[in-house]
Amino acid sequence: MKKIMNDPSQIVTEMVQGLVRSYPDQLKQIPGTEAVMKIADLKHRPQVGIVSGGGSGHEPTHAGFVGDGMLTAAVCGQVFTSPTPDQIYEAIKAADAGRGVFLVIKNYSGDVMNFEMAKDMAAMDDIDVRSIVVDDDIAVENSTYTQGRRGVAGTIFVHKILGAYARQGAGIEAIEELAHQITPNIKTIGVALSGATVPEVGKPGFELAPDEIEYGVGIHGEPGYRREKLQDSKHLATELVGKLKEAHHMTAGEHFAVMVNGLGATPLMEQYVFMNDVLDLLAAENVEVDFTKVGNYMTSLDMAGVSLTIMKLIEPGWVAKLDEPVTTIGW
Amino acid sequence: MLTVENTLKWLELFDAKIQAEKDYLSELDTPIGDGDHGNNMSRGLLAVHDALTKQQPTDVQGILKTTAMMLISKVGGASGPLYGTAFLEMAKLSSTTLEVGPLLAAGLEGIQKRGHAQVGEKTLIDVWAPVVKAVEDGTLDVAAIEAAVESTKDMQATKGRASYVGERSIGHVDPGAASSGYLFTTMLMAGVLS
Repeated sequence: MKKIMNDPSQIVTEMVQGLVRSYPDQLKQIPGTEAVMKIADLKHRPQVGIVSGGGSGHEPTHAGFVGDGMLTAAVCGQVFTSPTPDQIYEAIKAADAGRGVFLVIKNYSGDVMNFEMAKDMAAMDDIDVRSIVVDDDIAVENSTYTQGRRGVAGTIFVHKILGAYARQGAGIEAIEELAHQITPNIKTIGVALSGATVPEVGKPGFELAPDEIEYGVGIHGEPGYRREKLQDSKHLATELVGKLKEAHHMTAGEHFAVMVNGLGATPLMEQYVFMNDVLDLLAAENVEVDFTKVGNYMTSLDMAGVSLTIMKLIEPGWVAKLDEPVTTIGW
Repeated sequence: MLTVENTLKWLELFDAKIQAEKDYLSELDTPIGDGDHGNNMSRGLLAVHDALTKQQPTDVQGILKTTAMMLISKVGGASGPLYGTAFLEMAKLSSTTLEVGPLLAAGLEGIQKRGHAQVGEKTLIDVWAPVVKAVEDGTLDVAAIEAAVESTKDMQATKGRASYVGERSIGHVDPGAASSGYLFTTMLMAGVLS
């Protein structure tokens, strides 16, 4: 393992310090926590607070999406480990401007439990806290025999759209309704070329042969649905677009937003090549792509590979919300 | 029956066992989870140790509550809320009784409520449930605890991160079950039941 770090057990603390010191005009640390909050006068123009968080190792998620028009605060847990309820609770209190706080939770048992405990704590303070659990990863079948679909890169679309509506002044009920409306329309699937190494563990969570890839791997290295020999970008795009097309019951004329997300160690050059193939395939389906985005947004430490998120735009207003400018470091 | 002395002894032994088995617990977590259970538990128990040393609680409820708060705030993941809730429920009941059977039963109920899981889903509940029963029957020994931990090996996970592996989770001991096994073997060593 080669990593730029000091004591691996301090890596999250030092990362958060480095982050807020790099962007002191935009971000501040909530005292006593590893949660990051936007610098803004919340009382001047009170909005519904949008708070997210999760394990670290997915940077710029989630702290990179804190800022005007997106998240009010983000809680950084240990690497690949949910943040704890006391920290989430502090973030909820800090983000509350009197209009309630909305939590965006990725569907992992740890995240769901810790955020639920924090929600219980905040309810005792009479803060109106509501939430959505995002489960966009279609690699996992939704059944009673699993935890259900995982929350991955599509979560960023939830941050963006809810953040835009919150900035516009939407109330907590409207935000909650919207969250339940957009989330089922977001679907993601990934392909990994190599595993991720957790600093405190020191070796990759899984190993692939030099010429092997795995479809459907989770952002913590959860095993996927199939391994095969690496083939060209067109082949990978055909597999992932095929899965998403099926999940969306895609039909000609429908409108979509598309995000190619790098998992950490895949160069942007390769991501653009992949997007080029994705757009060819979608053009062949005669669907409209109204929004595109390429880059490292929901990474998995040093994992190589990409994920593809396709969101069905069933409301014409959503694309404008995706397009609105924000002052975050990550979007 | 829990006393200040044996409860502190229990937690001290549990801490030592977790620190000693930290790498093993993370190894168990690698094929079916994300390889950090040992690190997370180690961080939590170190915090429990520090807090108990600093605060020196003088009653069982104080000890259990401090332990719960430290586990909730330091472990993270799914184990933090599950172990934390178990100790919190035990702390709540300890104002009424210090009998081990009812206390552990309250802890188990807390875990089930928080994790929405049942017996047979390859989680720490598969150790807690038989242990609670054995304490009630007066038959708890190390062999019974080890058998409960081992029983998770043949189960297929349907809750938590291990459920993503599906059938491939069969053949691996659940890491949460293993750390719960340590919780109960150290409980016996501390003489809580004698």
